[in-house]
Amino acid sequence: MNTSEEKKEALYQRWLNPKDGAGNDLQFQSPEAKKAYEERILRIKAAIELRKPDRVPVIIMPSFFPFYNAGVSPQEAMYDYDKLGTAFKKFIHDFEPDSHIGATAPGPGKMYDILDYKLYSWPGHGVSPEHVYQCNEGEYMKADEYDALIQDPTGYFLNMYMPRIFGALQPLQMLPFFPGMLEMYGLAYNFIPFAIPPVQAALKALMDAGAEALQWAMATGAIEGELAAAGYPQLLGGFTKAPFDVIGDTLRGTKGIMLDMYRQPDKLIQAMEALVPLMIKMGVGAAQQTGHPVIFMPLHKGADGFLSDEQYRKFYWPTLRAVMVGLIENGCIPLPAAEGGYGSRLEVIRDIPKGSTLWMIDQTDMVKAKQALDGIACVLGNVPLSMLSMGTPEQVKEYAEDLIKNANGNGGFIMGNGAFFDQAKPENVTAIVEAAKAHKY
Amino acid sequence: MSEKLVTAIANMEEKDALALAKQLIAEKADPMIILDDCRSAMEIVGQRFESGTYFLPELMLAGEMLTEITEMVKPEMSNGQKIQRHGRVLIGTVKGDIHDIGKNIVTFMLDASGFEVKDLGVDVPADKFVEAIREFQPQVVALSGFLTLAFDSMKETVGAIQAAGLRDGIKIMVGGGPVSEEVRNYTGADGYGKDAMAGVSLAKQWVGVK
Repeated sequence: MNTSEEKKEALYQRWLNPKDGAGNDLQFQSPEAKKAYEERILRIKAAIELRKPDRVPVIIMPSFFPFYNAGVSPQEAMYDYDKLGTAFKKFIHDFEPDSHIGATAPGPGKMYDILDYKLYSWPGHGVSPEHVYQCNEGEYMKADEYDALIQDPTGYFLNMYMPRIFGALQPLQMLPFFPGMLEMYGLAYNFIPFAIPPVQAALKALMDAGAEALQWAMATGAIEGELAAAGYPQLLGGFTKAPFDVIGDTLRGTKGIMLDMYRQPDKLIQAMEALVPLMIKMGVGAAQQTGHPVIFMPLHKGADGFLSDEQYRKFYWPTLRAVMVGLIENGCIPLPAAEGGYGSRLEVIRDIPKGSTLWMIDQTDMVKAKQALDGIACVLGNVPLSMLSMGTPEQVKEYAEDLIKNANGNGGFIMGNGAFFDQAKPENVTAIVEAAKAHKY
Repeated sequence: MSEKLVTAIANMEEKDALALAKQLIAEKADPMIILDDCRSAMEIVGQRFESGTYFLPELMLAGEMLTEITEMVKPEMSNGQKIQRHGRVLIGTVKGDIHDIGKNIVTFMLDASGFEVKDLGVDVPADKFVEAIREFQPQVVALSGFLTLAFDSMKETVGAIQAAGLRDGIKIMVGGGPVSEEVRNYTGADGYGKDAMAGVSLAKQWVGVK
């Protein structure tokens, strides 16, 4: 059994030696591009490992900005993969950050159409073509369904959750109970649902959605391959979530989970504990597949103001920490994005293995975040979203230089934006990148 | 007034609060007094939120208790009885944005604090705000948004209210995750609330309630 350090090193080696779509060694555009690709990864690696790279690394983490920046509407970015690629490549070549998070944020619009996805509204489906997709929060899991989730999470997703969030998959609630397929006797009964026309239609929708997902994955993979060949590494190896957010974002919803904290706290905690191994598996599995160690974890409902310190320590942190430690033990680098403020959590989040985490910091005081995590975790961020969209390049430059001066420490710092953004003045984004590049160690 | 009911709601003892309310109704207590107790309890909840003892789960649960008790009390109210209000607030999430959790919390906190609130929902275009101002005659208009695009929609809405000649009579506040003083300034609003209670305080200040 390899140690977590060996597993991490193996993932870094795979990241440093990318493959093309056919599984062969990627052909770089030039020896310079290959060198730049490696330097960029090693620069980020050094920062994550709390060492000083050659200069301050810089990563820009946008939402739909690359598409607005290229005059491509969110709707086009979701439905026209050529436009998606052209816009995303322009974004990288315009700003030349050390790494990027891929052109995957918009996702395949046609696939959502096929599935009749209820959980979100997207351009042309509930929001206008020039606006971005947004979540329709609701109680997709009912208050009395915790036992069903705890006892059989996969069965719960298949028979209960998926029929609710995908209109086209509603008939999946008729699927058989798969653990009933034990022996020849009685086996046939398990297959009867597959003879029912609505179930067959749902299976057809799954196949069609799969075909579209594959088209999209080939397109986004090609974009990333092309950018890698030009020297720009994709940062993310996959994603997973904090169990509190799994339940609070898209299962019970914000209101549901918060009422459960009072009405059925033990069930909630039990369910979050049941989700821990699944969320570890989700992140580690993705890293193994992509060969990139960094696993993105967008954090939502543990931010300042959402929960008290006591509630955070009781309901949010234990299972988030367990997922992060599980990722680290398997050689991954968790990238928790502390959306909103996290100032009241800085003491709690220090309790994590050293040099294996990359915290994206949004509205938290970066100097305090750095002080709290110094010698523990790398910090990334925190140029404010409002400054990017409404400020001037001079303001951004000054802010970024202050970050370098006050939050840089002895390495363990990566320059970047604080929150995922759609709108920004391009010259403000340039100002972030230039500030980092100007600072040699 | 039932000290017990106020305490139960304020201390998040949901079962006790509902049982007490039920008992009071059975004992033919004045519905208006029960609702007054709820409002007193909400004031305590609001204070505890402002002082950092309570957070969102408590606001959510308090809102639930309030709804449940109001539903119980309603059938007992005689025709002439009407809840006293401080003033009217028109609220909505601006065009292009469909986030509503923050807006809903502000709405019920305003309601619980004695305002008559009209909620236009989400993705509300500027002209719909203008139209609703004409009909509802609010003293305060609250614009909510979570996305960066909302800043422009807020600005546009403030502009439309101005263009319709309705700006002078009303105060406008903006709020939502990324909203800051910078955003307030950009949109041309009169104030912004960092959280739900800040929004309530602003509204109270604007209509002259202590």
